[in-house]
Amino acid sequence: MMLTNLEVAALILSVKAALFSLILIFPPGLLVGWVLAKSSFRGKSLLNTVVMLPLVLPPVVSGFFLLMLFSKRGPIGQLLFRLFGLEIVFSELGVVLAISVISFPLLVRGIVTAMQGVSPQLESAARTLGAHPLKVFFTVTLPLSYRGIIGGAILGFSKSLGEFGATMMVAGNIPGKTQTLSLTIFTYIQTGTDASVYRLVLISTVIAFVALWIAERFYFKW
Amino acid sequence: MLRLRMMRIYVLAILSLASLFLSCSKDSPSESSQRAKETQVPQHQAELIVLGAMSLTDALTEISQRFEAEERIQVYCNFAGSSTLQRQIEKGAPADVFIAASSKQVEALQRNGWVYAETRQDVLINKLVLVAHIDASLPFAEPRALVQDAIKRIAIGEPNSVPAGIYGKEALMNLGIWDAVQQELVYGLNVRAALAYVESGNVDVGIVYQTDATISKKVKVIYQFPDSSHTPIVYPAVVIKGTKYESLARKFVEYLKTSDTAEIFEKYGFSIAP
Repeated sequence: MMLTNLEVAALILSVKAALFSLILIFPPGLLVGWVLAKSSFRGKSLLNTVVMLPLVLPPVVSGFFLLMLFSKRGPIGQLLFRLFGLEIVFSELGVVLAISVISFPLLVRGIVTAMQGVSPQLESAARTLGAHPLKVFFTVTLPLSYRGIIGGAILGFSKSLGEFGATMMVAGNIPGKTQTLSLTIFTYIQTGTDASVYRLVLISTVIAFVALWIAERFYFKW
Repeated sequence: MLRLRMMRIYVLAILSLASLFLSCSKDSPSESSQRAKETQVPQHQAELIVLGAMSLTDALTEISQRFEAEERIQVYCNFAGSSTLQRQIEKGAPADVFIAASSKQVEALQRNGWVYAETRQDVLINKLVLVAHIDASLPFAEPRALVQDAIKRIAIGEPNSVPAGIYGKEALMNLGIWDAVQQELVYGLNVRAALAYVESGNVDVGIVYQTDATISKKVKVIYQFPDSSHTPIVYPAVVIKGTKYESLARKFVEYLKTSDTAEIFEKYGFSIAP
């Protein structure tokens, strides 16, 4: 099975961006998940809604909002360009941004569910014994919920690999530069190149399969 | 107390996030590959970004490769629906040339001053055709036959948003059969979807572009709508304001009108605009 250079580039970009995005959103995802699972405060449901929004919106709409915010004429994009000379639109950074926003809710959902499963009695017991909240987090909450957290991370990673609506809006669909594997598949479908579609779908499936398989191995070895 | 700690953690997290973002951008692949290119051909760092309608994917890829070789520059093409591309231009996306699948988007951009109006060239013309599955044997001579019993389902792009659907509705109305076939219409999310319905045998006929019919091996053209039945389907090209390489961008638009590129466009079923 031969791949063209552009398809190889798309494959590498997809995996790289999805991994990078996961590293980027994992710490804030852990924090937001913890906050949503373990504390109550005014505006909690608002935070929850904002985080979950990309899950509900059509990806193209999320992408459009990102385009408005991060383009050179948008508030954040303008700032990034002036301060650091960064251009998000039509760049690999745009890919990472788009898939991060789209996969963040899935990661957080997984983390929230996992952490809600940890008994609050164990945590308060640790606290009454004088443990710092951070220590409680790292020695009680986290070890007891890691499976669900890994599950959320894998779900987010898989979603990143498949995302293309928001990516196309922000990063564009530039072969050899910002065209991811799923964008390549989308383009092939749009232009009627059937044989190539099947080939790339097979590759996508294999990647997802391997990712899940590795995750399973992780579970049992721990 | 807890909340204060959390705030502190949050700020820390944001800071670390920002630093991650920055460190990644410093050795982002685009820059490193740019650097690699610079070392290969030090005097040619020019880079054009061409925004092309999805239907141009194959033709434009081939053309930009030729232009790259002739001018010794780098040409990147970004393919999406014309209205997506229009929005990207309006938001200041870094791009140089825009080739749309209808004049609507380019006219909107012209009105708001996002493009150099004087650089506009109508490059291509597409035709609207009726296709059937390659194995189908439909008696078909004139559009009124669409009303016949043998044709139960007709695929068409969504007639309000999809350009091919808008043109299709216009043509059917002009031929006076829009009302008669209403019940038989199946709307596609885009022209490709309409084509796929025909290819898979789920509908009897579909209204698509000539270019779609040329690419697909599973359909045959059974009728071509007369040019007078709908607004001309033109593909205009224009230079985007804010381009870093204005003269190169203008050159690219001119290049689209040469006999070299005409040959490529025709190969993919387009007609050259006069």
